[in-house]
Amino acid sequence: MHELGLARGLVSQAQRIAGQHDAERIDEIVVRIGALSGVETDLLARAFLAARVGSLVERAILTIEECPLEVRCAHCGWCGPVAVHSIACAVCGARNVDIVAGAELVLVRLELAQLNGIVSDNDQHERRRDTLPKPRGDNA
Amino acid sequence: MCKTCGCATLASYTVHSGAISPVTHHHGDHEQRQTIEVMEDLLANNDRVAAHNREHFNHHGVLAINLMSAPGSGKTSLLEATIDALKDRCRIAVIEGDLETENDAVRIRAKGVPAVQITTGQACHLDADMVHRALHQLDLSSLDLVFIENVGNLVCPASFDLGQTMNVVLLSPPEGDDKPAKYPVMFRKADLVLLAKSDLLGLLDDFDVDSAESRIRGLANPAPLLPVSARRPETLSAWLAWLAALMPGTRQVVA
Repeated sequence: MHELGLARGLVSQAQRIAGQHDAERIDEIVVRIGALSGVETDLLARAFLAARVGSLVERAILTIEECPLEVRCAHCGWCGPVAVHSIACAVCGARNVDIVAGAELVLVRLELAQLNGIVSDNDQHERRRDTLPKPRGDNA
Repeated sequence: MCKTCGCATLASYTVHSGAISPVTHHHGDHEQRQTIEVMEDLLANNDRVAAHNREHFNHHGVLAINLMSAPGSGKTSLLEATIDALKDRCRIAVIEGDLETENDAVRIRAKGVPAVQITTGQACHLDADMVHRALHQLDLSSLDLVFIENVGNLVCPASFDLGQTMNVVLLSPPEGDDKPAKYPVMFRKADLVLLAKSDLLGLLDDFDVDSAESRIRGLANPAPLLPVSARRPETLSAWLAWLAALMPGTRQVVA
């Protein structure tokens, strides 16, 4: 999938939620990406570096929880991980399985920072865009 | 970490398989920290609009089929043959998706049914917003069946709910019988897989139909695999019956 579009959406989502909590800055974004989601984790991480520029998440760390495909067998009850191209119960071989995990594409949580109201000159200086570190080179 | 080549910037993300590792931060005491549990789907906006589209379709009793495949598998030709077979018995419209040109919509309109062309420009898939805008150009109260011919692409369209009733994925013999294994996300989404251009099976004898079917089963997908040929109307009966079963009002008139 086109991870840049997803990353942009993620940045908007995070900014919206941060705005709802009057946050000045987002320090960490945690997302969960399932093996069957169609999203390539490494590409999403690189796309995030491009998408976050000039936003509240500009210096946020993106933490990606990779979720393997897990199923529960409707036949024998076994629950466990399976390969994406061979979805069947590892114990009895039945194809009649339910997906327990691995299709997610979820924004799990945000770590926000709010200033208490007492703002030092240093902080004001830090918030000006032209003093923020620019991302280096082509990270895509 | 190298400071000149840019690789140091990749250290700002961490990838975990399984458990979460805490990331520690350095911050001043004039800051308040807050953890917000979100658990929101990244595609939540699209899903919201898709649900809205689905309500529209359901409200008017319209069967909506999302037709997906690689470019050139034969979606438009199949639609032309399907419309020829069905148009006297049910009211059809088509939403066409392509990056550029109105070519496919023109072909559909030549068959005497309305077609709305979405030209996506650079987007490699249709999304719920685009389909929503297209729906406003159709009168759903006068329709029984809407085909959404997605952009030719076996990757991205699988992940975008459009509000459709069913997903139909085309596979054609030149693509190889292991395609379902190569594109698991797409072929898992299929409610029906059509082996299009079935008239080529005689020429491309290394395409093993049973093998293609078993690869679909390997994805824990019980969806039927039906060979069809747009050039041979007699091959379409199982496909038409599948559609008819989903449109109770027309069941008795479609063979």
